[in-house]
Amino acid sequence: MSDNTPHGPHFLPRYLPLTEVSARVLDVPDDFARFRRIWWWLFIFSCLLLGLFVAAAVVTLWNGVGVWGNNIPVNWGFAIINYMWWLGIGHAGTFISALLLLLNRPWRNSLNRMAELMTVMAVICAGIYPVLHLGRPWLFYWTAPYPNTMELWPQFKSPTAWDFFAVLVYLGVSLLFLYIGSIPDFASARDRVRKRHYKVFYGLLALGWRGSASDWSHWRRAYRFVALLAIPLVFAVSSGYSFLLDLAPQSGWHSTVFPPYFVAGAIFSGFAMVVVIAVALRRFFDWYLFITAGHLDKLGVLLLASGLMTSYGYVAEPFMAFYSGKEHEILVNISRMTGPMAWSFWGAVVLNVVMLQALWWPAVRRNASAMLCIAIGVLIGMWLERYMLVAHPPTRDFLVSSWQGYRPTLWDWALFIGTFGVFLVPFLLFMRFLPMISSFELKEALHRYRGGGDG
Amino acid sequence: MDEYVPLNYAAIRRRLADKAGPEYWRSLEQLADEPQFGEFVDAEFPGLAPQIDRRRFLQLMGASLALAGLAGCGGDPEQGVTYVVQPEKIIPGEAQWYATAIAFAGDAQPVLGRTHVGRPTKLEGNPDHPASLGAATAFTQAAILQLYDPDRSQAPRFQGRETTWEAFATVAAEQAERFDQRGGRGLHVLLGATSSPTLQRQLDELMRRWPEARLYRFEPWEGEELAASERAFGRQLETRQHFHRAEWVVSFDDDWLGPGPRELVNALGWSERKRRAAKGDGEARLFVLESLPTITGAKATERKRIEPAEVGVRVQALAAALGQGEAPALSAVDQRWIEELAAGLDRRRGRCLVTVGPYAPVDVQVAVLALNQRLGNIGRTLAFSHPAQLLSAGGQPLQDVQTLVTAIGRGEVDTLLLLDSNPVYSTPQDLGFEDALQQVPLRLHAGLYYDETAAHCHWHLSMSHSLDGWNDLRAADGSACLAQPLVQPFYATRTAAQILAMMMGDQAPDAYALVRQTWAQLDAPGWRRALERGFVEESALPPVEVPRIEPGAIETRSPEGLAVVMRPDPSVWDGRFANLGWLQELPKPINKLTWDNVITVSPALAEQHGISNGGLVQVRLGEGSLTGPAWVMPGQADRTLGVFAGYGRWRAGRVGDRLGYNLAPLRSSAQPWIRHGARIDVLEGHRKLATTQPHHMLYGKELIRSLPEAEAYRPEPPKPEPPTLYPAPPDRDTAWGMVIDLDQCIGCNACVIACQAENNIPVVGKEQVAAGRNMHWLRVDHYYKGDLAEPRSAFQPVPCMHCEQAPCETGCPVNATLHGPDGLNEQIYNRCIGTRTCSSYCPYKVRRFNWFHWTRDDPPAIQAQRNPNVTVRSRGVMEKCTYCVQRISAARIDARMEDREIADGEVETACQQTCPTSAIRFGNLADPQAKVNQERHTRRHYALLEELNTRPKTTYLGVVERPPAGEDKA
Repeated sequence: MSDNTPHGPHFLPRYLPLTEVSARVLDVPDDFARFRRIWWWLFIFSCLLLGLFVAAAVVTLWNGVGVWGNNIPVNWGFAIINYMWWLGIGHAGTFISALLLLLNRPWRNSLNRMAELMTVMAVICAGIYPVLHLGRPWLFYWTAPYPNTMELWPQFKSPTAWDFFAVLVYLGVSLLFLYIGSIPDFASARDRVRKRHYKVFYGLLALGWRGSASDWSHWRRAYRFVALLAIPLVFAVSSGYSFLLDLAPQSGWHSTVFPPYFVAGAIFSGFAMVVVIAVALRRFFDWYLFITAGHLDKLGVLLLASGLMTSYGYVAEPFMAFYSGKEHEILVNISRMTGPMAWSFWGAVVLNVVMLQALWWPAVRRNASAMLCIAIGVLIGMWLERYMLVAHPPTRDFLVSSWQGYRPTLWDWALFIGTFGVFLVPFLLFMRFLPMISSFELKEALHRYRGGGDG
Repeated sequence: MDEYVPLNYAAIRRRLADKAGPEYWRSLEQLADEPQFGEFVDAEFPGLAPQIDRRRFLQLMGASLALAGLAGCGGDPEQGVTYVVQPEKIIPGEAQWYATAIAFAGDAQPVLGRTHVGRPTKLEGNPDHPASLGAATAFTQAAILQLYDPDRSQAPRFQGRETTWEAFATVAAEQAERFDQRGGRGLHVLLGATSSPTLQRQLDELMRRWPEARLYRFEPWEGEELAASERAFGRQLETRQHFHRAEWVVSFDDDWLGPGPRELVNALGWSERKRRAAKGDGEARLFVLESLPTITGAKATERKRIEPAEVGVRVQALAAALGQGEAPALSAVDQRWIEELAAGLDRRRGRCLVTVGPYAPVDVQVAVLALNQRLGNIGRTLAFSHPAQLLSAGGQPLQDVQTLVTAIGRGEVDTLLLLDSNPVYSTPQDLGFEDALQQVPLRLHAGLYYDETAAHCHWHLSMSHSLDGWNDLRAADGSACLAQPLVQPFYATRTAAQILAMMMGDQAPDAYALVRQTWAQLDAPGWRRALERGFVEESALPPVEVPRIEPGAIETRSPEGLAVVMRPDPSVWDGRFANLGWLQELPKPINKLTWDNVITVSPALAEQHGISNGGLVQVRLGEGSLTGPAWVMPGQADRTLGVFAGYGRWRAGRVGDRLGYNLAPLRSSAQPWIRHGARIDVLEGHRKLATTQPHHMLYGKELIRSLPEAEAYRPEPPKPEPPTLYPAPPDRDTAWGMVIDLDQCIGCNACVIACQAENNIPVVGKEQVAAGRNMHWLRVDHYYKGDLAEPRSAFQPVPCMHCEQAPCETGCPVNATLHGPDGLNEQIYNRCIGTRTCSSYCPYKVRRFNWFHWTRDDPPAIQAQRNPNVTVRSRGVMEKCTYCVQRISAARIDARMEDREIADGEVETACQQTCPTSAIRFGNLADPQAKVNQERHTRRHYALLEELNTRPKTTYLGVVERPPAGEDKA
């Protein structure tokens, strides 16, 4: 390691030996002893969270959604807020992996694997909610078009039906993309690990990958093809769930700015989650070499850009409300800013807009602690934004007589906190058993930018 | 007490109670083999036991047996049970209707009872009776639930343990013998208000036989109306107000549209007046001066907020302005208004009416009677008749409860029978009734519930409900109603007449025979006809001529401190309905609170003391004090506190116990209605209250259209519909729609309970209401307009709008809510998966969600009340108003069988059917001749949230603003 300064579009030390990449990434499962202690603590903690989730889910399924704080008019509370929040987070993974792959940004190679894992887990966390939130969850499959003796189909005009497709397709494509993208790494791991059972495990996952030219050429085509499929999904899925609100006549929901606003918000929160995961993994695995200040800087710029787009939504929404002159739109907006749920609006503004401005300074973007704080702030801020968007407008419904407050219950919180267990337990298992950085892509980038041939 | 018991009912009941519901039949047969059970059946169903066969048993006993777990007994099954339309046989699925009557504070509420295969499921007003015309109040509607109430007293008790009627008969016969020897000395009977001719006949006979017996009467919230007439005319007369003739009505602290035994006739009369006024026949202006906000005040043309002590002053001023007596000092503004009012009344002599509440001081009531006489109203808008209420027997007037307590104190009472009265709970605390009662050597209580009084009595005698026993009683117009049972008694109960007959030594009196004997002057066809119609024709009490009233001086008071105005609760009255979940969960008309009573305070007083809604306050008055949650009522007099009866019960039943506060400590026997000199202290703490509508201000929204009288009825062509992206609905020859007249609606909630009874709507409890999960398909919204201190009120019933372009239908992912062929917005429960998108998309929020399995844990008795034509919804599905689709289907089937169209008016929704003011019209919008289309082209017709272009099929007729007293061109 003669030159440790990050260098080139991959932000890695120019002369980082390829074997070191393999050793540090692929040998983790085989050589886990040094991480074991802290890993177990994290794992037990995550299992407790998962237990909380299971308890909350069982209570909900057994008794009915009445255990939550929802009511008429706030039919949708935590379930839909958290659904949107998790699904939004998922989007950044796809964005980083697929879009930056196609745009040929090699620095994404340090981040794409963890971002994709994050996507898959976030989509699963999100997907649980619409099912649990049903009055009769055991009939969730009725939203699917399947042949049945009643000759009944879903009602395709309903955005709730679209959601079903959106989540399912998104989950499928994300899994496919993650898996295809990992095959060469599985093969390398298979070849490197010493223990037999790991060899079998990775061997099965590698699907007989040999590294031949034809393997690579097929792989490259498949990978890019799925990436192409995934990118429109980023936009389609988040616009899709924005329609859930959009299509209601409800003031505060019924707005054409929602689809782009939601896309921006989704990517924004996702980048924030990627920052958190990248900083955490870097520290956990001591991967300062792979995830450098340059990466953080880029993430900071993306965070800032998507944050500003989201901020535009914050401006456009009230502006349109006042510009339209519609009495009730104005009333809902004023109540959003001054009413009993104003904390959610101003919380979102402070965390998503005000704090974000620190990212104009490169020093802040390159500082891991600062980035972590801002990212966590954004995650909370985006949750508050969803709270403000989903829970608030119905509390100021068209008829004054319908106005009611909304107060989440213990089980609402338990389920929400529990979903972090759903996220973390598999994620920690991935950390334990799978290469969390796309080592072959890193090596490829290093090789290419040292002047090596393509592939 | 075992020596009295020929059969061990308790053992049998216990044995049966151990079995789950569906096993009843098997258990019966098993049990019937046992000698004891055979005996039991013999006693219960004479002539049935030997050839007891399963199907016949089922057929005859139907629901009642299964429900009551065989606790039932008594009653005679066949004779006299008459159908309105005689069926050839009972057809499963087809309802039978019987005319009967419900007793409420001694007044009959004439009803028709609907039964399905022998199981009563709903009550509707008796359309033939002038005191109902088909309408019924919330209390009357809820009586069906009381019939099924599993907490009703199910068997007589001796010293708290269940026993048998035979045991009681033995004791009663011994007592009767004793009284025969002593001429009845020592026997005292306290009755709740009743107007039963049969009881009258029996008590007359009792007094003849036992002249030394003493009778008393106690009705907790009757007021002083009879006392006033006694002071004015020297005898007790009942007033009959004819609101349909009264073009101007001036009311002093009188909630005559509000809950009470006369609510229905008053509402019928006033709505008739309004209808006539709308056609140009006179006017319908209502001027209300009151201290607590009431629905009468809410419907007033002009409402003036006054302290209760000022009522007398205002009456005096009005009298002076009409040339009677001296004018008290009033502010110039008030004086002018009173003069304008007087001038207007004077121009409408004989066409106006001045009313005062029954709780006002007697001198004020007399002065108001004199005012009416002066205005020539007597005989036109106001009439008097001999009391329908049972006020004397055997020539002796019934005494009041104070006299009884005095008699007990003097040791004159050795046997006290309390017939349908609960004085331990409902008398003022300073009377000390509870302690006095303990001194009586033998105490017997007859009532529907084993209540607070029953718990202090040696004997509790379980009384029959109005709907499962034979009774007769008089309605608000004095006409005699025959109340026949709709069903075999569920429990071991006896009617009041039977109990009285047993007291007089009759071992096994027959309830039917007792009533029939009273009406012996009716021949068989006449009797049959009376049963069919539910009342004896031309039995209304004729008006009596009254002498000129000498108005005495009104004592004017200028009391210190705060006034405490005590009133019965609008939902549970004096607490007699406390165990009925429907009524507990019925939002009180103005503040929409459920499950609690509150201490209402004015905004000014609240500001002064820092009182907030739900905050605990203590009211102290003399010796007494009570603590309860406060509620700020806009429009309440500044120095007045409102407290309400009916709560704080401890033996009401599982539903009604330990809710709210008991107002007894504040009441005094001398001043049971209004007291002065109270203090209020704010305590630490807060009680969570459950209101169905936390917000009442309109925030500038035009949800209620109100137009001046001159413009309201003007024709206006319907506005062209704004464009929509959705395809137009196909042309149909049927499009069901509803028009609700907000000018007529008085917010009385009768429709809400009718809907609940018809559509099997569950009760969810206080916590769930507080969480915003009440299930009423039809709600009555209430809004304030204007000033916080003196706001205007308006009511707006909101059922499903059945939008032509329904947002809910767009939202549902599984096609569980869609448009039916006749324009209904239909909800398919078994397709619903509960995404709640439809409700999120509904701008009117009329959809209700089953957050839990509300219906699963209902006791079998409550399940039996359900309408078999309406699906009982389970957990996780959305529900909402269907426009009573089951009634539409029934009419459609009838029409198809007869190969004709459904006639206009043939389908009546439950809410429409029961509405006392006929504010709801329902029919086919595609039929231009239909009544529902009549006022659709006037200016006051509007759709709620028109601007959303949902094209609702439920639309409204706006409130009509009538000119104030100062603008009078007549």
